[in-house]
Amino acid sequence: MGVFEILQIIIPSAIFFAAPLIFTALGGVFSERSGVVNIGLEGLMVIGAFTGVVFNLTFAEQFGELTPWLALLVAMIVGAVFSLLHAVASISFRADQVVSGVAINFLAIGLSLFLVKKIYGKGQTDQIQVGFDKIDIPVLSDIPIIGPLLFENGYVPSYIAIALAFVVWYVIFKTPFGLRLRSVGEHPMAADTMGINVARMRYIAVMLSGALAGIGGAVYATIISRDFSHATISGHGFMALAAMIFGKWHPLGAMGAALFFGFAQSLSIVGQTIPFLKEVPTVYLLIAPYVLTILALTGFIGRADAPKALGTPYIKGKR
Amino acid sequence: MNSGRLTNFLIPLLAVLLGMIAGSIVMVVSGYDPIAGYSALLYGAFGDSYYIGETIRQMTPYILSGLAVAFAFRTGLFNIGVEGQLIVGWLAAVWVGVAFELPKFIHLPLAILAAALAGALWALIPGFLKARFKVHEVIVTIMMNYIALHVTNAIIRSVLSDKGYKSEEIHESASLRSEFLQSITDYSTLHYGIVIALIAAVIMWFLLEKTTKGYELRAVGFNQHASHYAGMNVSNNIVLAMVISGAFAGVAGAMEGLGTFANISVKAGFTGVGFDGIAVALLGGNNAFGIILSALLFGALKVGALEMPSSAGVPTELVDIVIALIIFFVASSYLIRLLLTRVKKEGK
Repeated sequence: MGVFEILQIIIPSAIFFAAPLIFTALGGVFSERSGVVNIGLEGLMVIGAFTGVVFNLTFAEQFGELTPWLALLVAMIVGAVFSLLHAVASISFRADQVVSGVAINFLAIGLSLFLVKKIYGKGQTDQIQVGFDKIDIPVLSDIPIIGPLLFENGYVPSYIAIALAFVVWYVIFKTPFGLRLRSVGEHPMAADTMGINVARMRYIAVMLSGALAGIGGAVYATIISRDFSHATISGHGFMALAAMIFGKWHPLGAMGAALFFGFAQSLSIVGQTIPFLKEVPTVYLLIAPYVLTILALTGFIGRADAPKALGTPYIKGKR
Repeated sequence: MNSGRLTNFLIPLLAVLLGMIAGSIVMVVSGYDPIAGYSALLYGAFGDSYYIGETIRQMTPYILSGLAVAFAFRTGLFNIGVEGQLIVGWLAAVWVGVAFELPKFIHLPLAILAAALAGALWALIPGFLKARFKVHEVIVTIMMNYIALHVTNAIIRSVLSDKGYKSEEIHESASLRSEFLQSITDYSTLHYGIVIALIAAVIMWFLLEKTTKGYELRAVGFNQHASHYAGMNVSNNIVLAMVISGAFAGVAGAMEGLGTFANISVKAGFTGVGFDGIAVALLGGNNAFGIILSALLFGALKVGALEMPSSAGVPTELVDIVIALIIFFVASSYLIRLLLTRVKKEGK
């Protein structure tokens, strides 16, 4: 097996596994840049995956080919609404943001499984029938070598995820909205003095993170698992959180890290078919994203600094 | 002063009450009978001696994981890694239980000690990174959970079995199981672990409230700068707090490994006991006695839930929803405090 064939197996599957992580990690960037820790990404992905699959199963006949796209839209909305709980608790009621995130995770898995049992009478949904189509991107896929590797036979959401990373980068670093968002996360009192509504900015940021994590979960469920059960989302939200930190709270960094983690995931799955990788025990590939994140935080891979006001509720008038 | 103490006592009670009410609303909305649901829950938790045995058995690891979370909390640390420390503790306990053959009075303590040590070591890493590099312990402990899960699975597959999915059963000499406790509870899985858990709660109380070291740990939790100024070594105290917390978590794993299951099998996901420990600690006000009570509540909820599908048709997950909401309400205690002061003012 030549190098090119190996790359042809690994790279498309890395992008395939990375897409949900990219969406969710970008959501995490919004929330944490505004100063709200979001451990609840995992739960928000669960809700997204649940909504995506249930919508798909229920409306596949009416909407046909459009179903998965509408499912993404609905998952986005439900994710945003669900994240309101986290926003209300951690912004208005000054709850510990980590605790509230933990509660989101509990609630998401409990509620979605409760509803699955209520609706389908068993612990797992059926397989969805309508998924996304694979496409070749015109022009780009004609480039020799890179074309077939990156732009052939991919799912549209994967490309949207990558494009979105650039959009989020533009929004956060080049627009007034982004400047306000970052200032609220770095020094909320200064931002407040300048007339920025801290609570409002944080609400928007947390809901954006819910919306994006909802999409991430729905993309995962539609493309990768194709059904919903208790084990559908198992740690992907936390991996997205890791990607966001590994990417130093930067949208493009988060995307790069998510692609890398997707790469590690795909190696642990397709690695068995590749000659020299067969010798490497899968456990190393499974733990790689987590070990790397710890190393990144420790400063071995460049220093990663969190937004200054991360994790602290803003109480007006308190020094 | 008195009213403050009363509020501290009222908040968890109100949180539980609100959680239960929200749970019954969920049941009504989804077409179930909440009275039937909760009676099934109550029966399934305390209805006869078998159920009581199961509830106490479930309560055992909850006390320990709650203590682990609370111990870190009291020192100003958030140990989300209890789950991972519990898994490595479970592994270590079973490993010692399978590998050696010793008299019971050496073997059993050795297995529990191994679990405590494994959990402590697993918590040492985030503790050290926090103290030395100022890395936030929440993220590191989350990552350590996944590393624990995958590494433990790999060890079960390669070392503790021949590419199988579970280890051998531990030797009788390392077991916490008790014929006597099983016979008085109609052959439930109750084991002697509960005694160890209660002793651990006393140890935690004594350590934190009655020793100089405990005072230092709490001081660091309240205000790092003041403690540093008073001549305490903040870094050492952070590492120590994580290590002790991890040791409690490891022993929680030993309860599962030496008592409930008597082996360890490959896990597709987390046990959840470590994460539930966060709820137990929060509701128990991070205090040893409160934790015993809240562990009893969560143990009863979890065990009682198993009775709900058969007698009331309600999915067991309802209990997870209730637990999540209880956490929300405890965490948002600002809201409850606000309501309480409002009620008091109107009363006057």
